[in-house]
Amino acid sequence: MSSPHDLPRWADIGLIPLINLLAALVVSGIVVAIIGENPIEAMMVMIKGAFVYKGSLGYTLYYATNFIFTGLAVAVAFHAMLFNIGGEGQAYLGGLGAGLVCLMFDSALPAIVLLPLAIMAAAGFGAIWGAVPGYLQAKRGSHIVITTIMFNFLAASIMVWLLAGALKAPGQMSPETRVFSDNAALPFIHEIANAIGWEMARSPLNLSFVVALLACVGVWVLIWRSRLGYAIRATGHSADAAEYAGIPVSRVVIIAMAISGGLAGMMAINEILGVQHRTILNFTSGYGFTGIAVALMGRNHPVGIILASLLFGALYQGGAELDFEFSTITREMVLLIQGLIILFSGGLAYMFNAPLARLLAMMLKGNRQTEARHG
Amino acid sequence: MADLWLQFLLTLDATCRVATPLILCAMAGIFSEKSGVIDISLEGKMLMSAFAAAAVASLTSSALAGLVVAIGISVLLGLLHGLASVTLRGNQVISGLAINILASGLTVTVGIAVFQQGGQTPNLARDERFRPIELPLAEQIGHIPVVGTIYKEVISGHNILVWTAFAAVIVTAIVLTQTRFGLRLRAVGEKPEALDSAGVSVAKTRYLALIIAGVLCGIAGAYLSTAHGSGFVREMTAGKGYIALAAMIFGKWQPRGALLACLLFGFLEAVASRLQGVQLPLIGEAPVDLILALPYLLTVILLAGFVGKAMPPRAIGEPYIKER
Amino acid sequence: MAQPNEKPSGGTSLPLAIDLLNINKRFGDVHANKDVSLQVASGRIHGIIGENGAGKSTLVSILYGFYTADSGSIKINGVSTPILNSADAIAKGIGMVHQHFMLVPNFTVLENVMLGHEGNLRIDVAAQHTRQTLEKLSADFGLAVDLDMIVEDLPVGLQQRVEILKALFRGAEILILDEPTGVLTPQETEQLFDILRALREQGVTVLLITHKLKEIMAITDDVSVMRAGQMVAHRKTSETSPPELAELMVGRKVLLEVDHSPASPGEDVLVVEDLCLDSPGGAAALKDISFTLRAGEIVGIAGVSGNGQSELLDVLSGITPPTRGGFYLDGRYISGKTPANPATLRDLGVAHVPEDRHKRGIVLPFSAAESIILGYSAASDEGEGWWLSPETLDTHCTRLMQDFDIRPPNPKLASGNFSGGNQQKIVLAREISAQPRLLLVGQPTRGVDIGAIEFIHKQLIALRNAGCAILVVSVELDEIMSLSDRILVMNNGQMVGGLARDEADERRLGLMMAGIGADEQGTGASR
Repeated sequence: MSSPHDLPRWADIGLIPLINLLAALVVSGIVVAIIGENPIEAMMVMIKGAFVYKGSLGYTLYYATNFIFTGLAVAVAFHAMLFNIGGEGQAYLGGLGAGLVCLMFDSALPAIVLLPLAIMAAAGFGAIWGAVPGYLQAKRGSHIVITTIMFNFLAASIMVWLLAGALKAPGQMSPETRVFSDNAALPFIHEIANAIGWEMARSPLNLSFVVALLACVGVWVLIWRSRLGYAIRATGHSADAAEYAGIPVSRVVIIAMAISGGLAGMMAINEILGVQHRTILNFTSGYGFTGIAVALMGRNHPVGIILASLLFGALYQGGAELDFEFSTITREMVLLIQGLIILFSGGLAYMFNAPLARLLAMMLKGNRQTEARHG
Repeated sequence: MADLWLQFLLTLDATCRVATPLILCAMAGIFSEKSGVIDISLEGKMLMSAFAAAAVASLTSSALAGLVVAIGISVLLGLLHGLASVTLRGNQVISGLAINILASGLTVTVGIAVFQQGGQTPNLARDERFRPIELPLAEQIGHIPVVGTIYKEVISGHNILVWTAFAAVIVTAIVLTQTRFGLRLRAVGEKPEALDSAGVSVAKTRYLALIIAGVLCGIAGAYLSTAHGSGFVREMTAGKGYIALAAMIFGKWQPRGALLACLLFGFLEAVASRLQGVQLPLIGEAPVDLILALPYLLTVILLAGFVGKAMPPRAIGEPYIKER
Repeated sequence: MAQPNEKPSGGTSLPLAIDLLNINKRFGDVHANKDVSLQVASGRIHGIIGENGAGKSTLVSILYGFYTADSGSIKINGVSTPILNSADAIAKGIGMVHQHFMLVPNFTVLENVMLGHEGNLRIDVAAQHTRQTLEKLSADFGLAVDLDMIVEDLPVGLQQRVEILKALFRGAEILILDEPTGVLTPQETEQLFDILRALREQGVTVLLITHKLKEIMAITDDVSVMRAGQMVAHRKTSETSPPELAELMVGRKVLLEVDHSPASPGEDVLVVEDLCLDSPGGAAALKDISFTLRAGEIVGIAGVSGNGQSELLDVLSGITPPTRGGFYLDGRYISGKTPANPATLRDLGVAHVPEDRHKRGIVLPFSAAESIILGYSAASDEGEGWWLSPETLDTHCTRLMQDFDIRPPNPKLASGNFSGGNQQKIVLAREISAQPRLLLVGQPTRGVDIGAIEFIHKQLIALRNAGCAILVVSVELDEIMSLSDRILVMNNGQMVGGLARDEADERRLGLMMAGIGADEQGTGASR
């Protein structure tokens, strides 16, 4: 696929995401102004809420953990040129997997065995939920975007049915499982910090953050240092070249979707094992879609994803603070910003490429004229 | 027995009401996708329109004004999608998703700013909504067994927008098959080069399709908040836009097929809500949530090719570039 | 073959139907049309001949408004006029039958013809008018087609008729046909020619774009020859001959004769037996191909592009399984029932330099080091187990870059940023360093500069001398003649004949490429 505009690599990776972010913030700022508040003031509140106030950094990182997982999921699939919109459903089922393991074994196994098992179950369930649409795309040509959207809703229905029915804690009204015993809990970071004498405010930030960072390393190694990653990237760039190379394209598609689903599934451990300690309804609350924004901004690279996740974590936490301080603004403002970011970096993606390319060409070398315009 | 019959009719009645937004959005989807543009943003357009209609109806006390503004907003969103997909040749799936997320955020944000009710609009009074229309002689004919009951319970008593939805199906079918525009629209979704080499603008045709889609989604949204419901509630579309998408695919991108699919899905939803909490023989408590999942499951089965082939328009999702 | 009619002279002559002056068109670095001038007399059948990539398609795309020329002027029927888009072209009376049809597959013939020129908002009314007009047109030009058939159900020859009808319906007085016979059987081709003659009778000007000599001789009144983006000659068809046109088409290149000691071929490496391939549409792409390739020899396959060579390479490299028949590779039989994929064939010692290096040979966004293991990424030489160490890859790549003089010798540079010649050297380096038993090479020097051409040819000869069996497919006749120990010629999916190195010359080969087989020339040697 030919890219319509010639941008130097650093500009494409570094500048464009910043410009997209700026555009989204400017438009949001306009909306804020229209509803009668001061955009600059709102911005300051968000920043303080995300980083400055006591415990806020912990919250920001806790949100970021979710986004790292779902962002990695989207990125891995995207390297194979697959659109995994199913992060929500895959994460949801991951919560089922982790929940089932805990419900069955939390009285029998020590944490050191239980937790890894639960994590693997979360990844496994998510992987299956990703692999099925992958299989349908590879072998039956079903468009992966539509199937993953459908699978999101299927997952939601299954979870509602299970949590209000078979898995519901006995004697309880709300659709959720019973609380797991203590050995099924991922320790909080602030508890670990306090235990080694380091003062840290309370927050939901827990060990899954470390797992997320490890996952980043894992994904990087997979995509850029392993033979499978090579096969995935080759398939994504050029299915013809992959075919020429003898790479089994169908199999690669299914494997990529399985890995992608597994990563999304692991998002569940942050919420289920780290914070809630039971499987509840709707704990994914849109984080799967945020993963798409994170992957877009982060250019499908773990480092970019970490940065973008931090940004979105700050947005979410800052958004909560906005909600708290302004009577006229709620957390939905974050959705607005998120939607605008996705719009600018995905839908209107080439809006800024051409003007920026021209600007750069003018600034850098006036006599370098690469005309690559199509009709 | 008679009670069961009445229950059945009432369910059919509910089906029509539940299916109306689905039908309108499915027709919208058909226009977009038949012209070659993937449109995931039916949900977002409907949500924004629902909000706009309720907000304007509340402020002006006129449901009609609400409808007009809702259509306008929806068309604007459609043009935005067109800008991203057709002119800038960006990613159509992402553009659609972005619009949906944008709508979720913008509706509540503006709603709180204007009405301070946590994102809702104030409850609409009777005359600020579209009222049910009792067809002539409904009461009298209603006593005739079977035919009369159907006339009274199922057909009469719907508001104008429900009738609009069914009319939209007929209009869509006529436009697509009987008009010049319809011919060109179908061509541009299958082989845009054919239209381009005939000297007709591919971009203009697609933009027109998106505008029509915008109008239909606008009506759907207005229906939700000012006809079916009495005001806007956050996230009130609750995935209906995606069900409409599924119905469109299930109906193989044809108006009649999509209508049947919408009615089927609407029926499933109506049945599910009637079965809430009801004990069934053998199964126990009715698995309402699973019934509600059937539309999605059926669509996946269809897409997997197990129930005949679902062929989307050949050129869908590909930005048109004159590359030779 | 019928002789083209001579136009009666005397009286006021009509203005030129088409008068192009110094047309230039660039696509990035590619100069597709260089100062091209063309004069087409009204009411005649005018051919434009040239090899693939000569610039013919670009030129007519400009005429039809798909592209705008960078510079130059266009006069239609004596009137100077810019053609900015297809609507303009149609308004000026220009109609085009494209190489790849512009038909909506699931529409009827009637709907396809109407499209864009319906004449009424209502389809049923428009259809009625269209039917009437089409009935007359069909009668006038002998273009009978069932108007209510779905286009994708029609055989290709009839689909083409629909395209012609479409152009005439829109009022074309100048009809351009871009490579119309590539998809037709000989019978359908004859029918097409009858239609073209009928058109000429009625005063329509026909512009026929083709790479087939036979057609030019059969049907055109005048012919213009294009080569490498330029217009190199104009002739009256009656005053020229296939050999002359072949020479003008192919051109005399400054070729450095590669030092070519005679081959001493060894045992059979590849034995192809009655290989057949049907394309998805049903037409036969390869018909009963049989030949043998021995170790230590280079066999070149000559032929104009599109006569089955690409398909042959796809089958021999494992990308496409054969429909019938098959080939033996060192005793192992590969056929439709016992297929082998590219990875298996690589394990058996087959290497493949693909014709389209951008599509298959390298992955443009990959670094050179990554492209240089394409096809060998599962092999254990480059790293241990599942891990691909960048250091190992870079070392491997650097070494190859030195051995094959790839510039710049930077393993981390994106493959797309190398020049054509260096990209090709990357592919070659990869395939040759795998020390294959059989090397398949498609268009080894397409888009490659002179210096690299010489290098690549030397590499191939050296590989041959080391005992590899090499099959070279090329549209460059000079290249085939310079490299090959034996030359086979393909035309229309079949092996037309073959010549040994010392028997081959351009004239004979050119005629075989045009389908005038060896028997008609009186030579043998097609093993």
